[in-house]
Amino acid sequence: MSKHPFISVKSLSVGYDSRSGKTIQVLRNVSLEISRGESIGLVGESGSGKSTLALAAMGYFKRGLRVLQGSAHFDGIDMLALERDELQKIRGGRLALIPQNSGQSLTPTMRIGQQLTEALRLHSDMASAQFSDRVVELLTQVRLPDPAALVSRYPHELSGGQQQRVAIAMALAGEPDALLLDEPTTGLDVTTQAHILELLRDLARERNMAMLYVSHDLGAISRVCDRVAVMYAGEIVLTGSARQVLLTPCHPYAHGLLTSIPRLNQTSLPVALDGRPPMPGEAISGCAFAERCPLADDKCRSKSPDLLPVTTGETVRCFKRDMIAEMPVSSRKPSRKDDLDNRTSDSALGLEHLAISYTKKDWLASLLFPGTPVPPATVDGISITIEKGETLGLVGESGSGKSTILKAIAGLISPKEGQIKLHDDKVLKPRVEDRTAVSLRQIQMIFQNPDDSLNPRHTVAQILAQPLRLYFGLHGEILREASVSLLESVRLGAHYLDRLPSQLSGGEKQRVAIARAFAAEPEIVLCDEVTSALDVSVQAAVLDLLDELKTRQGTTYIFVSHDLAVVKAISDRVAVLYQGRLCEIGPADAVYKAPFHPYTEVLLGAVLQPDPDVAPTLSADDVVEFFPPACGCPFQRRCPRKLGRICDSETPPSREIAPGHYINCHIPARDL
Amino acid sequence: MAVITHDSTASGSRAIGVFKDLVSRPSGAIGLFLVIFHIVLALVSPFIAPFDYKLQNSALMLSQPDAVHWLGADHLGRDVFSRTLMGGREALLVTGVATPLAVIWGGFVGILFGLVGGRLDEVLMRVVDAFLSLPWILKMLVLIVTFGTGVEVLIPTLAFFYGIPVIRIARAATHDVIARDFVWAAKARGHGRISIIWRELLPNVLDTLMVEGAMRWSWMLLAFSSLSFLGFGVSPPTPDWGLMISDARGFMSFAPWGVIGPVIALSSLIIGINLTADALAKALGIDRAQKAPM
Repeated sequence: MSKHPFISVKSLSVGYDSRSGKTIQVLRNVSLEISRGESIGLVGESGSGKSTLALAAMGYFKRGLRVLQGSAHFDGIDMLALERDELQKIRGGRLALIPQNSGQSLTPTMRIGQQLTEALRLHSDMASAQFSDRVVELLTQVRLPDPAALVSRYPHELSGGQQQRVAIAMALAGEPDALLLDEPTTGLDVTTQAHILELLRDLARERNMAMLYVSHDLGAISRVCDRVAVMYAGEIVLTGSARQVLLTPCHPYAHGLLTSIPRLNQTSLPVALDGRPPMPGEAISGCAFAERCPLADDKCRSKSPDLLPVTTGETVRCFKRDMIAEMPVSSRKPSRKDDLDNRTSDSALGLEHLAISYTKKDWLASLLFPGTPVPPATVDGISITIEKGETLGLVGESGSGKSTILKAIAGLISPKEGQIKLHDDKVLKPRVEDRTAVSLRQIQMIFQNPDDSLNPRHTVAQILAQPLRLYFGLHGEILREASVSLLESVRLGAHYLDRLPSQLSGGEKQRVAIARAFAAEPEIVLCDEVTSALDVSVQAAVLDLLDELKTRQGTTYIFVSHDLAVVKAISDRVAVLYQGRLCEIGPADAVYKAPFHPYTEVLLGAVLQPDPDVAPTLSADDVVEFFPPACGCPFQRRCPRKLGRICDSETPPSREIAPGHYINCHIPARDL
Repeated sequence: MAVITHDSTASGSRAIGVFKDLVSRPSGAIGLFLVIFHIVLALVSPFIAPFDYKLQNSALMLSQPDAVHWLGADHLGRDVFSRTLMGGREALLVTGVATPLAVIWGGFVGILFGLVGGRLDEVLMRVVDAFLSLPWILKMLVLIVTFGTGVEVLIPTLAFFYGIPVIRIARAATHDVIARDFVWAAKARGHGRISIIWRELLPNVLDTLMVEGAMRWSWMLLAFSSLSFLGFGVSPPTPDWGLMISDARGFMSFAPWGVIGPVIALSSLIIGINLTADALAKALGIDRAQKAPM
């Protein structure tokens, strides 16, 4: 074997020319080495250049990007000097990429077998007679059940996790020596994500592959990577073993990033990392992180630190690296939910036997085929009373009906059965058009993705004016004043009024969306995955803001998220949903502790912690979700603790195992 | 909190940015020049035309181009150059009024269909399809023959028929916008339909409508000229390119100068509009393939 490192990127700078003719650097003098069989995690906030670096390692640059200096070698081959067709031979063959959402990038009209055969034809020297055997072998390698039958299926017949596995199998078709993974599990459910990561980890070991794993998720990184490189503003600021970086980070940015992650073993909100990373092309004098760094002094602001070794295998770009230990580890504010009790026993919102169905009644079909059974509702039998001033967290995987319930409360979907009561006495009309102005104002919603929930053609002033005009009839100077004070309440300055959403960062956009919801002075705010489109450091700040607004205004939240740690940090009570059915509901602390509903246990086991010592426990399989939902217990088909016939036939009873803590399960309370 | 200092451009200047982008593209610069050139010419041509467009001179009948009559004379001995200069006035006036009308009514109906959706939308769209399947010239001739050929008939006729394809485009553009969360947010707040169309949908559909309007304009010019060519547009002796081509086509084999002038004028205007529409689409970012990196 040759001496040179397997994958090596040396002092690489990549940039693009802006409209105004300036060269804007996306990567600044980045060096990275990966040896055979080693897996490196590349972390950083969005825009830090991590994907650009990973793609540059395989000689690929997005349109408009060009190399300013430096080199990228793969097994001694200069990837930046290769001709296009030579590059193509290496890519997909010896060096494979698994991009984000690669499961969804499967061709929908091609059977799984065909897709894999195509990959084999392009990237292997195998005789075509052996293809079908090899396809089955590949599918077995990615631990897909019944590979022989899978060959003739179409992508839409597989679950998201299975699609992702097929995508991995395609990447393995060329028997790669190195895998580049760009956020391969983002967008997947927690349980699926955990399974995929275990698979990748095993594959890398079995086949002695080098892996470059790009992710913003430190939990995922801690599962699969030996070493971690942290990027900030197009530079590598810290490299080290996963253990060193995740447990004792010696760069203030990495430290801040780690403390801003909500964790399962903490009850309070995480500490936000203030500020925002510099934009590409922004003038940086000195250390790029100095602006946000609590340790920064004049030297940091004027002189740029070099990437220097501290201990074996660990390098850091920081003048203050010796002071990291003194950084506040827990400047954690005590959770407000403990010391300030807004709650009264008054009900803010009551859901009574709510059932929602997306399938409309087809009068023609019911006339022609009178015996056809009505498909079971997407959401069924939800009865929850939300008290004034409390935060109710709704958790579950995708398809659990969390967002559907919120939409029904907002009046955007009409429930099939049941009713929604405001304040115990007022029954809300199902359709938003029929509701009174007062009840409309009292319920406001914040959406997942602020890119989508803010009209791109409206300025912030216009966005905020909408509810203010609609509910309070404000105009002119009063309207402007009200808008400014709203912006202040979400910690944005008045100069934001004339900005368009495209001129704001992700976190700022979400703040504007929050300000818009609070403009109505609502009693109940529905939060639909409000932090999942944001970077972790921004997420912490948004959670903190939501908590502060609640304390100040006594708002009731219904907080939907797939992230169990986030829900735990912000909620007073948590409801666990599976396929539109309630599994467990209770005080947040109780739900996250035994006794568990089997599904809650599965979910919690799959949560990835940014700690190399904590391994997830994988119990239930990540199988295809069946529609319609099961009769009897909704979770029976995946339940690792299924009792038997009773689970198939009978809806589990809701049992109160502690005050306010209900579990819907047939398993006796003492065994849960 | 760190204060954001990078340059912010106010919303009003988006139009300026788009315009700058438009003229920075060769197709936009050339196209816009041609269009403006024709509009200016239409305005000033009565004052700069060297000869009276009506003046017949039997001595000059079908005479070749020379130093006095740059493009020769037609079969009635009229100066072709003067007539070509003025031949776009009627066409630009009629289409210039009818195009905005077509975009406004087609756009509004299209957005409304898109918002309402469901079965009503399905049924109405099939009516639109049925309309589009008939050759346009037939439909227009029926109306023009019934109501006459004046400007007061031509403008509403063209506006009506050219608004129908706009419905399709506006509806499709609305469908892209309607599923987005800001429309849901407006619905959840309790805004009415008109407010949602006006505030949420229209600003996002406007780009598409503008490009569509530019494209419709060039089609409409062609249609207007075709009507004139067939004798249903402008009545003689008013000069019009379509009519001039029609009049001169019989002598094309031995007096081609009667056709060349109006053909070049008409095609340069249509090419100009098309180039502008193309560059406008790119400047607005509708053409995805041409988007700037990142």
